[in-house]
Amino acid sequence: MESNSTIGDAAMDEKVLRIEKKHPLAIRWFHWVNFPVLALMIWSGILIYWANGVYHLGPIALFPDWFYHPGYRESPPKAGLYELTGRLAEGMSWHFMLMWVFTINGLLYVLYTAISGEWRHILPTRDTLRQALHVVLHDLHIRKDAPKQGKFNSAQRLAYTGVVVMGFGSLLTGIAIYKPVQASFFTQLMGGYTVARFLHFWLMMGFVAFFLVHVAQVIRAGWNNFRSMITGCELVSEEKTV
Amino acid sequence: MSDDVRLEMRRMSRRSFVWAGIAALGAYGGVRWLASRQEDLGTPWPFRRALDANEGLAMDYFGPQRLAPTFSKSAITELRLNEIIGMEEEDYDPSQWTLTVNNVYGKDEPVQLTLEDIKKLPVTTQITEMCCIEGWSIIVEWKGVRMIDFAEKYPPAPRSGEDPPDVHKKPENLVRFVSMLTPNEGYYVGLDMASALHPQTLLCYEMNGEPLSLEHGAPLRLAIPVKYGVKNLKRIGVITYTDTKPADYWAEQGYDWYAGL
Repeated sequence: MESNSTIGDAAMDEKVLRIEKKHPLAIRWFHWVNFPVLALMIWSGILIYWANGVYHLGPIALFPDWFYHPGYRESPPKAGLYELTGRLAEGMSWHFMLMWVFTINGLLYVLYTAISGEWRHILPTRDTLRQALHVVLHDLHIRKDAPKQGKFNSAQRLAYTGVVVMGFGSLLTGIAIYKPVQASFFTQLMGGYTVARFLHFWLMMGFVAFFLVHVAQVIRAGWNNFRSMITGCELVSEEKTV
Repeated sequence: MSDDVRLEMRRMSRRSFVWAGIAALGAYGGVRWLASRQEDLGTPWPFRRALDANEGLAMDYFGPQRLAPTFSKSAITELRLNEIIGMEEEDYDPSQWTLTVNNVYGKDEPVQLTLEDIKKLPVTTQITEMCCIEGWSIIVEWKGVRMIDFAEKYPPAPRSGEDPPDVHKKPENLVRFVSMLTPNEGYYVGLDMASALHPQTLLCYEMNGEPLSLEHGAPLRLAIPVKYGVKNLKRIGVITYTDTKPADYWAEQGYDWYAGL
């Protein structure tokens, strides 16, 4: 993560710490507004999906019964840890209110990155694919040197751009399911009502997968990196140049 | 030197994390507040307001020229039966059925119609998708009378009360809603006039080439592809043109009243 730091002989090096700006305030707001809103969209989406939970992953039902109400027993009656069944109307209420916040926040984020030039740190470049492979080889200890990187490495560029594209996908497939008559053009573009619903579901699963990897990477990268998403700044150590 | 930097970073962090804490508490409080408001038709009132706002937007955008996709016969899927709310009588005899229409222009009394009266109107057949609010959908061939043809013959009163109604050219002059009930009034839907008069809204008496079965709403049901399945009322007993927003069975249970697609 700390791209400027080098590991050298402690006795020889005199390290200088400095505070470096990393994430603009606007981006931090977009990120942290999106987090609970997307979480609630996924939760309310599952309340809706339950009413017609027909998808499978191979032999695994999406989702198995225990997922909707863990610990629940019919006889003798015992309330579960939580309850996700029979809440379709509630799910739709939340989903069709928060869809506005999710959409507006997402569009503002894209607009901001486009105007501020932040997109340069995020969009993949011509070298990104090759370098992403380099990152993987480095992480597997096959290559010693890590590729040069800016604010984000190539794998991050792919992930952060990809998740925005997924957000767009959720918006478009969402419109396709929400208004399959008035916006039937979208619905046909997505392959019809049933296909659009299927894609909308799997994009949600994609967000969950992104979330898991993202959180694992943030934990791996450490406190300094996480703190920069709150404060906007990172502590950077650099060798003193005389 | 480095200690100063660490101190400065700590000071910045403290300030930022206090803000983050306030924001997180605010978000948590906001969610708790939303979920605990007094209910308006089965959902906390902020959600009812949001649904109504979405409805307003959808009605502004609605265009009768935008049609639900139609399909070929080969796309027809297996029928599915979900609910018989409002049709619980086991000994129901559809041959005794009549349709009551309230507030027809120029009539002081409710109009009583038989199935033969309905079948005298122009016949329309269409293959459209019915999307259930639960998320599944079926493709069905519907045969019946377009609601707009029905309304031409039995027109709703105009709002002004003066000019004769013109359902084709001046639908905005008509009363704004249509209410439909089952004969036992156990199930009821409310429709906005624009959706009711959409060219694909049918008073349907045949599905997939067969007369309606009892559980699919014999002898006459609504097929309205611009709405979720819940609005496709089976066994229509009463149709009322009205200017007050009609009651709707599922809207009273926390669902969107408009339920438009």
